[in-house]
Amino acid sequence: MADIIQAENLIFDYSRPGSEETETVRALDGVSLSIEEGSFTAIIGRNGSGKSTLAKNLNGLYLPSSGRVLVNGWDTADDDRIWDIRQTCGMVFQNPDNQLVASIVEDDVAFGPENLGIPSAEIRARVERVLRQVGMADYREKTAHLLSGGQKQRVAIAGVIAMEPRCILFDEPMAMLDPQGRAEIMEIIRALHRAGHTVVLITHFMDDAAGADRVVLMDQSRIVLDGEPREVFQEEEIIRAAMLEPPLAVRLAARLRARGVELPPDIITTERLVDCLCRLR
Amino acid sequence: MLRDITLGQYYPAKSRIHQLDARVKIIGTLLYIVDLFVVQDFIGFAVLGAALAAVLVLARVPMGYIFRGLKPILLILIFTFFLNLFMVDGEVIWRIWILKVTKEGLYLALFMSIRLVLLITASSLLTLTTRPISLTDGLERLLSPLNRMGVPTHDIAMMMSIALRFIPTLLAEADKIMKAQQARGADFESGNVFRRGRALIPILIPLFVGAFRIAGDLAMAMEARCYRGGTGRTRMRQSVFGRVDYVALGACLVLFAAAILLRVLY
Repeated sequence: MADIIQAENLIFDYSRPGSEETETVRALDGVSLSIEEGSFTAIIGRNGSGKSTLAKNLNGLYLPSSGRVLVNGWDTADDDRIWDIRQTCGMVFQNPDNQLVASIVEDDVAFGPENLGIPSAEIRARVERVLRQVGMADYREKTAHLLSGGQKQRVAIAGVIAMEPRCILFDEPMAMLDPQGRAEIMEIIRALHRAGHTVVLITHFMDDAAGADRVVLMDQSRIVLDGEPREVFQEEEIIRAAMLEPPLAVRLAARLRARGVELPPDIITTERLVDCLCRLR
Repeated sequence: MLRDITLGQYYPAKSRIHQLDARVKIIGTLLYIVDLFVVQDFIGFAVLGAALAAVLVLARVPMGYIFRGLKPILLILIFTFFLNLFMVDGEVIWRIWILKVTKEGLYLALFMSIRLVLLITASSLLTLTTRPISLTDGLERLLSPLNRMGVPTHDIAMMMSIALRFIPTLLAEADKIMKAQQARGADFESGNVFRRGRALIPILIPLFVGAFRIAGDLAMAMEARCYRGGTGRTRMRQSVFGRVDYVALGACLVLFAAAILLRVLY
């Protein structure tokens, strides 16, 4: 399929006030990346690797210092197209509290469609549908700040899919959640991908990246690895140089292989590892 | 402690009062507040109190909620009560040590306390029974004539709705900072007023910094969701001014007229 996002030789600088003078920090240094429509890409990297800055460049929240980003063929620097770009490429943020605009769940979900100028009957139908999609239909009248972190994040996702974006950027949506909340959000992200949305997931959890079709590893403002999870996770040295670790299942499988246990090369998730180990006997 | 503050909170329920048009409730509350200052005697307060009680029953908001809203102003209430009680000159009824209670003082103390309680209850009832979105939409529509004079009514309404939305978030943030400071030995509960006041500075500074961080995050989230001001925006909830709304507005006006009339006649 065609590419929905194309980033070409992206450079992004920001200035940080230092003790003596303002210093310029290069957060992205020549990043080129194409995202295929309908794909599920995970962008991983440690704090400060530039992954979050990259995500915010992909829907025009940040504009590149040099290079360009095309979303559906529209340049993010084009003021006339910026709202089309953001509607095409929705974004879910890290902190569930700071992205909810309205106090009541359904009013918040309606915020995006209201901004797009959609008629009220249609908004109602969409709110109803997306709340059911994220499993929050029983909470539509509830006050958002009384919900759990995972529930708030589900409301935030509903608010984004109510705008019917083709692509959804998730900027570390699970970083502030407990394990149960993380699992719920991951399940919703997978379901959205199955439903045909293009998904870009920014994360520093390796295990989350294992579920993607493609893993992009960032370190020091550049892309250092890009490929299918099982290829990327083999590059243990590069991953460790980026101060990360391959998923537990990958490391364990590698050590077992070293000891002569015969395991297939495509083990990247714990479930698959368990499955293969059980089949050995 | 901070979590008890119900300022500006909404209590979801399906009642006659909840379903009223926000504009009626805003005008009604404003008229009622004027009533409270127009009325000069306890009979007037009895009538206004009865009217508020009727609305309370119709609104189906638990009394506990109302009382919790009154708790933070308890201190102000007690303070004004005693200030009036002891400071007003007139016919002395009791004398305790150097303090004297006068008939006029007692009258004024009771009068002011009732006025304050009714005032706070009525205004908290407005936010308790009206969704923040409807409240700010109503306000925006009431202010819309000013739009022609160049007043940015949509922006004002949006700011108000965000302020209401973030009261609990900022309270939670303040609570978190306080606990973090207490864990490191900060003391907020002893000493005189000045000491306590000074102890609040290490809370206020991180709270301000936090508020700016939240504002930055929220602005970005709103931009990502295509917010670009009031033009071209639609609403999920379209309020229609129905028969019940006219009746309610009429009742508020009758009460208002009665209060004015009594004041003029007596």
